[in-house]
Amino acid sequence: MAQHLKSSSKSILLNILRHNIGFSSPSHASRHLRHNLPHGPLSTRLAPNLITRYCNTMVDTLSSIGSHEDTNSQVMDFPGGKVAFTPEIHFISESNEERVPCYRVLDDNGQQLTNSQFVPVSKEIAVKMYSDMVTLQMMDNIFYEAQRQGRLSFYATAFGEEAINIASAAALSPDDVIFPQYREPGVLLWRGFTLQEFANQCFGNKSDYGKGRQMPVHYGSNKLNYFTVSATIATQLPNAVGAAYSLKMDGKDACAVTFFGDGGSSEGDFHAALNFAAVMEAPVLFICRNNGWAISTPTSDQFRSDGVVVKGRAYGIRSIRVDGNDALAMYSAVHEAREMAIRERRPILIEALTYRVGHHSTSDDSTRYRSADEIEWWNKARNPLSRFRTWVESNGWWSDETESDLRSRIKKEMLEAIRVAEKTEKPNLNHMFSDVYDVPPLNLREQELLVRQAIKSHPLDYPSDVPL
Amino acid sequence: MAARIHGGAATALSTFNPKKLVAPSRTNLPAARSSKRCIVAGGGSDASKKSLSVRHSQKLIANAAVATKAETSATTGTGHELLLFEALQEGLEEEMDRDPHVCVMGEDVGHYGGSYKVTKGLADKFGDLRVLDTPICENAFTGMGIGAAMTGLRPVIEGMNMGFLLLAFNQISNNCGMLHYTSGGQFTIPVVIRGPGGVGRQLGAEHSQRLESYFQSIPGIQMVACSTPYNAKGLMKAAIRSENPVILFEHVLLYNLKEKIPDEEYICNLEEAEMVRPGEHITILTYSRMRYHVMQAAKTLVNKGYDPEVIDIRSLKPFDLYTIGNSVKKTHRVLIVEECMRTGGIGASLTAAINENFHDYLDAPVMCLSSQDVPTPYAGTLEEWTVVQPAQIVTAVEQLCQ
Repeated sequence: MAQHLKSSSKSILLNILRHNIGFSSPSHASRHLRHNLPHGPLSTRLAPNLITRYCNTMVDTLSSIGSHEDTNSQVMDFPGGKVAFTPEIHFISESNEERVPCYRVLDDNGQQLTNSQFVPVSKEIAVKMYSDMVTLQMMDNIFYEAQRQGRLSFYATAFGEEAINIASAAALSPDDVIFPQYREPGVLLWRGFTLQEFANQCFGNKSDYGKGRQMPVHYGSNKLNYFTVSATIATQLPNAVGAAYSLKMDGKDACAVTFFGDGGSSEGDFHAALNFAAVMEAPVLFICRNNGWAISTPTSDQFRSDGVVVKGRAYGIRSIRVDGNDALAMYSAVHEAREMAIRERRPILIEALTYRVGHHSTSDDSTRYRSADEIEWWNKARNPLSRFRTWVESNGWWSDETESDLRSRIKKEMLEAIRVAEKTEKPNLNHMFSDVYDVPPLNLREQELLVRQAIKSHPLDYPSDVPL
Repeated sequence: MAARIHGGAATALSTFNPKKLVAPSRTNLPAARSSKRCIVAGGGSDASKKSLSVRHSQKLIANAAVATKAETSATTGTGHELLLFEALQEGLEEEMDRDPHVCVMGEDVGHYGGSYKVTKGLADKFGDLRVLDTPICENAFTGMGIGAAMTGLRPVIEGMNMGFLLLAFNQISNNCGMLHYTSGGQFTIPVVIRGPGGVGRQLGAEHSQRLESYFQSIPGIQMVACSTPYNAKGLMKAAIRSENPVILFEHVLLYNLKEKIPDEEYICNLEEAEMVRPGEHITILTYSRMRYHVMQAAKTLVNKGYDPEVIDIRSLKPFDLYTIGNSVKKTHRVLIVEECMRTGGIGASLTAAINENFHDYLDAPVMCLSSQDVPTPYAGTLEEWTVVQPAQIVTAVEQLCQ
């Protein structure tokens, strides 16, 4: 970037740097110039059409001297900047003395804490948030039951994480692109995905936007900026960084948001994505749903750090720990994080502490590795819905009547959605071969012919509900 | 990628009948120079694109030999000479000029200009948002490119060496290849993944990988290999314009090949093979660097009285079975010369495809010359012997043509 400055101002700046910071070589200084520019609009210094990624960056100029007033301490520069050095041999402790505190607004009973800071929520938003949390919970319940009855092949619930799902979605704008893991259907729900559309994907019928190709809960909607769930863990994190980068290049007032679990933070992609996001100065929110379990692996077997929030600092990323079961706290945290991410072009890491009340999926029985009492306690005493409901009701915005109305309406809608989805035809056989490429190439068309020939000779072996 | 089934066993990829068209060689192109038309070499990818010229030309023999430029300058007239890496850069730069969504990401691609100088000068011209230097994590920047592609950009992802893209296999297979399909067509991933691969000069086993063998199975991606400055530029441009993810294989030893290429814009068809030297006695299928070993062997063979037909298959996934099939029907003998390992390489798949489709036309079993199933040794003499040499090609042809 240095070469875009006029040579006179560049040399002045270099000289200033050389004197103030003490560089050993001018080339070293100019590299530093790219990173530690003074605050203020830089566009005047650049050629008009070139937006470099160092534009408008509020880089925290780390003070290398700190409080080292010791006459023995000297300062040396290495690639990366100045550091004070010390004659004492001192290892940084593996953990802070105290764990990072957790931001919350409501107490366990749904009462607002006295000195809580939070972003105010209007009646419409609050009512929609609560209704969607109820809808999500009921949808999960009914789909889960349907799977148990053999009507669905598979399902994964989001019990216990409704506040994370809905509150985060509520704090975002429709232009923010979402890269989910697989336990965030609530974000889609908030944005307007109907129960019928959910059911269509789960039943894999011809109205499914995914054309029946994926397992249930692998939703995706181009329209609602929600990228199709890819089952692989944490691969969506680098994707989100790329999308954030693209949004930044287009100068859009939007960010990328990606979700993952405590288990996902062990994947290499997590570390790489955080590092990349910090270096690229990409406006992306990394929201970790630390729900205590990765299938049967508790967090004590997943990492030995103080959760996921402390990992942000390792990559130079601003982070916060939030009570994930507190809808208001989630809303405020995501709201503020989004503003920071877009305005300052930086990634933000949010660790939302919560508990996975349900099993990992319908292929799992979590009572084999945790006590039923523990699950029950989290479900009853620490339920995000009841907490938020208390608060909404205390504002006079909700009542038992509206609750039961909502619940009976959702139940009817769900059962109808399932009924219709079950009856709807499956996608046509040619969709097994379409969309692999933009236009099916010859080898795929040949293979389709072979399949059709095989079906012709063995018609009874072919499923009757898949149209040819 | 439009396709049409052409009769019984033969498989067609082009949407036109080449016999009907005048097939101008590159020597005819200067006549069309007055209008700056984009010339699509070979069949277009959809019906609306008109194909104006065909690469199945009779007059391409001159350029097929290793880096001889003397013959071309006399015949082609206008055009400009450059090295293969410059041709790649030219193609990339033209596409970046044409479409502001095209961007480059990779290690050291920005101000350093790329470790093989393919992106030299681009960061200065387009800024470092569009030519992005990334930290060292192939999986992450490939994933990043995929995410950016899903949001509307057209990234060109550079692996410093193809071997490093093994780290990106997860993203390439699971996300790049699959997301268009699993999303029901809602999200397209028009990325180009490119980089140098193949056996170089004593680069060691880890830097001499042939990734095309590993990637060929991934559904949803296309693979092409360039071998001359002409097709390097053409394939680069075509790959960027394609809506599918395309992996463009370059070769470490071919970057300094010099050739004269047309001044006017052109792209090469991604699914087409290149007829390097027409012949009657035997079909030799090859790609990338082995093309030059084959052409060297061809000189010896011609002196010995053989007439080999040499085809640079260029499209590694899918194979251009139309061109290959026509050749097999003519010569009835096939020799495949590749740099991949014996097991599971491109040659193995190609052998299977030819046997399956053209068995009745073969007078002899398909022979495949490949590298041995060993990690590439560092010692120069041993390294030379892991790669198929022209002498072995000559012997194989003599054997097949008995």
